[in-house]
Amino acid sequence: MTEHVVIVGGGTGGSVLANDLADRLEPELDAGEVRVTLINDDPDHVYKPVWLYVPFGQREPADGRRALDELVDDAVDLRIDRVTEIDTEAQRLRFDGGAPPVSYDHLVLATGSTLEPDRIPGLAEGGHDYYSESGATDLRDELLAFTEGDLVLSVVGTPHMCPAAPLEFVFMADDWLRERGLREDVDITYTYPIQRVHGNPHIAEWARPIMEKRDIHVETFFNAESVDPEAETVTSMEETELDYDLLVTIPPHTGVELIEEAGLGDDGWVDVDKHTLEAEAAENVYALGDTADTGVPNAGSVAHYQAGVVGRRLASEIRGRPATATYDGKTLCFIETGMDAASFVEFDYENPPSPAPPSEKLHWSKLAYNEAYWLTARGLL
Amino acid sequence: MTDIEPDDTVDARGAACPGPLMDLIGRIRDAESGDVIRLLSDNDQSLTDVPEWAEEAGNELLAVEKLDDHDAFYVEKA
Repeated sequence: MTEHVVIVGGGTGGSVLANDLADRLEPELDAGEVRVTLINDDPDHVYKPVWLYVPFGQREPADGRRALDELVDDAVDLRIDRVTEIDTEAQRLRFDGGAPPVSYDHLVLATGSTLEPDRIPGLAEGGHDYYSESGATDLRDELLAFTEGDLVLSVVGTPHMCPAAPLEFVFMADDWLRERGLREDVDITYTYPIQRVHGNPHIAEWARPIMEKRDIHVETFFNAESVDPEAETVTSMEETELDYDLLVTIPPHTGVELIEEAGLGDDGWVDVDKHTLEAEAAENVYALGDTADTGVPNAGSVAHYQAGVVGRRLASEIRGRPATATYDGKTLCFIETGMDAASFVEFDYENPPSPAPPSEKLHWSKLAYNEAYWLTARGLL
Repeated sequence: MTDIEPDDTVDARGAACPGPLMDLIGRIRDAESGDVIRLLSDNDQSLTDVPEWAEEAGNELLAVEKLDDHDAFYVEKA
């Protein structure tokens, strides 16, 4: 009997896992004992970290796109389709348009995050973002025309993709505007939902003095409730109102609906054992990356490391051995602190982050990794 | 034991900081004025996070119930 591994989602986690399995299970794939299918609703793989650089004119959205069939090993069956139902009892997936259902022996959900700006009245009309291709290019146009006034960066909800990116954006905007001689005419305000500037207290403690030094105003306990695009104001649940001339937001995020419909977790995030990444509500289901509700950041590095763990566990299960690989919470992030300097953090479930002193070397390391990322997606790095 | 009847419960046990507070904020965001939300958290940071935010947002922390391995926070939306 051929065992069928199905991966839903062709982002970082899904692509790295597909290539990991193609390599790890090569003998079984060659012998026809195992089949690996990767399902994605877009023929392209999208590397989202590129979007941070688009508003500053340093990258184009196309720099973050590659065709999945060029990245994924030929031993993997690539299917471009949209899954509409997960039946974890029958171990079966259904598709858009009534295509025949697909059965699985092992399912991995790597469906990632989606944006929900409409949850905040006025946000879609009044706010800009760099968490989508169109958002990043629209923001670039706004930013290039922006020469004076109030620039407000508001983190509307967490969890969101790349928790460092809001800090990076204000640090880069500060530097970029200084280089262009416009900083004195622009006030930058950063808002965050809780009482500090970042979810992780160690990163918050590191970032706050830099923000003070760079004259970046901070509003904590600010949970945007509504945006008035006419009056150009954003009002929080805590009844603070801010004027803006350019509003940049991290819109609310959610997972995909079919996960909640399958009873695997709330808001599209799968409840998992945070070490094994196995779904708590169903057998033979794993989740990884943003989709797995582990409490660690929604970051590409997390998806990458988790893919390695799931790959090893699946290989053990398929070979009839006990699965022993576990995820330890490892997270790795570069944090831009300007246009030519960056910091770096590495942490896990037990060890908190300790941000490295910002340097030009770390900035170039980040840019170099963004290029080398395509080797990661291919399973080579 | 409290006899407060919550309108909704958020079970954030097992979530790392600031997950429980963010889960509470999300649920309050969707609630009606006067609704009582019960947050279950086993993260000690919630004992300071939740009262601070409730005060800042003008919502009332009606009670904190100490249970065996977690706390239950009852917050009424203003």
